[in-house]
Amino acid sequence: MSSSPPVFTYLDHNATTPVRPAAIAAMAETLAECGNPSSVHRAGRAARQRLEAARAMVAEAVGLPAGGTLVFTSGGTEANQLALAGTGREVILRSAIEHDSVRAAVPDAIEIPALAGGTVDLAALAALLAEATGPALVSVMAANNETGVIQPIAEIVRLAHAAGALVHCDAIQAIGKIGFDMAALGADLVSISAHKLGGPPGVGALALVPGLHLAARQRGGGQERGLRAGTENLPGIAGFAAAIAQAVAELSRYQALTGLRDAMERSLLAIEPAAVVFGAGQARLPNTSCVALPGVSSELQVIALDLAGIGVSAGAACSSGKVRPSHVLEAMGAGPDLARSAIRISLGRDTGPAEIERLVAAWGALARRHRDKRGAA
Amino acid sequence: MNSVRRNATRPPPDAVYLDYQATTPVDPRVVEAMLPYFTERFGNPHSTGHGFGLEAAEAVEAARAQIAALIGAEPREIVFTSGATEANNLAIKGATRFLKSRRNRVVTLATEHKCVLESMRDLAREGIDSEIVPVEASGLVDLDRLAAALDDRVALLSVMAANNEIGVLQDLGAIGVLCRAQGVLLHTDAAQAFGKVPLDVQAMKLDLVSISGHKLYAPKGIGALYVRHRPRVRLEPLFSGGAQERGLRSGTLSPALCVALGQAAVLAAAEGAGEARRLAGLSRRFQDRLAGLLDGVALNGDAERRLPGNLNLSFAGVAALDLMAALPDVALATGSACSSAAVEPSYVLKALGLDDARANAAVRIGFGRFTTEVEIDRAVERIAAAVTRLRA
Repeated sequence: MSSSPPVFTYLDHNATTPVRPAAIAAMAETLAECGNPSSVHRAGRAARQRLEAARAMVAEAVGLPAGGTLVFTSGGTEANQLALAGTGREVILRSAIEHDSVRAAVPDAIEIPALAGGTVDLAALAALLAEATGPALVSVMAANNETGVIQPIAEIVRLAHAAGALVHCDAIQAIGKIGFDMAALGADLVSISAHKLGGPPGVGALALVPGLHLAARQRGGGQERGLRAGTENLPGIAGFAAAIAQAVAELSRYQALTGLRDAMERSLLAIEPAAVVFGAGQARLPNTSCVALPGVSSELQVIALDLAGIGVSAGAACSSGKVRPSHVLEAMGAGPDLARSAIRISLGRDTGPAEIERLVAAWGALARRHRDKRGAA
Repeated sequence: MNSVRRNATRPPPDAVYLDYQATTPVDPRVVEAMLPYFTERFGNPHSTGHGFGLEAAEAVEAARAQIAALIGAEPREIVFTSGATEANNLAIKGATRFLKSRRNRVVTLATEHKCVLESMRDLAREGIDSEIVPVEASGLVDLDRLAAALDDRVALLSVMAANNEIGVLQDLGAIGVLCRAQGVLLHTDAAQAFGKVPLDVQAMKLDLVSISGHKLYAPKGIGALYVRHRPRVRLEPLFSGGAQERGLRSGTLSPALCVALGQAAVLAAAEGAGEARRLAGLSRRFQDRLAGLLDGVALNGDAERRLPGNLNLSFAGVAALDLMAALPDVALATGSACSSAAVEPSYVLKALGLDDARANAAVRIGFGRFTTEVEIDRAVERIAAAVTRLRA
């Protein structure tokens, strides 16, 4: 395998991030063995042992309460779907800034509005809980994928539990980037994904508090305690466990990205004072920045930066190909024009000052070109 | 991880793995093809705004074409899934839910995989009738009997291409003709057959085909569903989200796993026919040598129409679980892996009309790409010795 670094500057780590060497080693080790964890012979038992060791590692990293269940899935989307469709709750309240996989899973959910800073409106949530006509489930992500704004999950849990509601927390962007302890926060269901924290794509998990019963979506051989049939993706799960353990162990190092990100935002604002940083001043993920350059479309910025050798995105990766403005930014009160001029810059654990300098230079050139054009017009 | 490894009940070096229908080792050539997509080519295939994402997207599309080519399909007809269980759930529930206002019935065979039967049970809860057609003693379905179950109320028929326990190959070509005559969609669970026996979606008139990676020397966690484009087969997705895979299957794809399945298909296309002949030879060798050492061995399922790497044998007077316990260094199975821990006799064997004694004495023996003659001989010796001991 070649170890030459890519010539490209990749700043789209919230879409996906390179797999950690420790995860590759764990996968390679597992790929070299043959066994179906459901088989009773020795090869099967060895596979089962590896599966359960990985489960324990992921459970510990997410802070699963004792007696809780961790179900492996094919990724974050499936985990969200399983959580939202499986509890049988009559009323679903989901925030206005949730990922498309949550929005699509519960298209008829009641929307909890967001504040201009990008956090969920707690007063509105309390009012919606009071009006709920039946047992409710509240779904709010731990940190937003586009803005990085961290949500007040502990407060949301307090409000929801006081009203008899369950809380599902999509922690896909948060786990491995900031401290997250399911037991301490009190969330009832937590979705996580491997490929956002240096594990492989194709693996995720749903963590459940003890005593919570879910209806399965994918049925068959009864794997994962009947909650998710299908032979477990053992190499992927082993890679997931190795990656999440390392990500959690390295959280304090990851925190240092905040300084780099903040310096980058100061540089961008110095070049173009009219630029807007969404969620500025809020508690955010250390690596995420969502910046609007008014008057220049997101697509044009992404293409110009790509030509300059820098990869960023116009929003979430799944909707990268589409041109509609971000529902997250609109929920924060951004007008369609401003929302259509935003890009997401997301740093990775190994991003350094040189890469940020390249981004600032390329973005600066784009901003100045636009200003000159506007001045000439 | 290291402490876990030391404690694990790892098989010794001379152990013989004869459970290729439960899972297969990953071919080193598949590992080699997939590994770069974890490291230098790590892009999200749905991030098509930059080069990293485009490179990953191209790799996924190349894999899609490789998989399609093996079954005579077009690349756009292949939807990646997390495995065959998801593909079966998506095909059966998705197609039937789409058609249920016009056709409110599904048909399958008694010997199908659990995830097929469970999907039908899920549909029954939604008010969709299902009919389970019995099979003959050979494990094959009687075509007249099957034809009688198909009419204009039936949305979909699901028939496994190669059975996971007894390896029998249903006559998909003839079944396809029956389905077309009645306007019934034909789904086949080809988890065991894909890459092992020829499948052609045109010649067999298949509308939906479920594919598994880890049964064909690719890793666990990847599969695919063929969905016919002309005439178009429509599905309701099982879950929604970022609308990847043309809205049929949301969620970020794993380029490494897609590449692995593509590479597995390429290897099967190049080597599958020769490998099938070799496995048929190993199977004959196994049976001949065993017959020289033991009496009272019965083959379950049709002797001719079966996967070249599968035998299902009952050793008279020896319970399968006792035999497996006596053979810690030969990996065998009593039934499918998912129901391995169950003590009830296999419903598949019961469907052949086997009595409890013969069903309880049945073991599944699966050979594959890495099985050698030396291993076959070693396994036969060990099995014959254990059976003789247990019969004494």
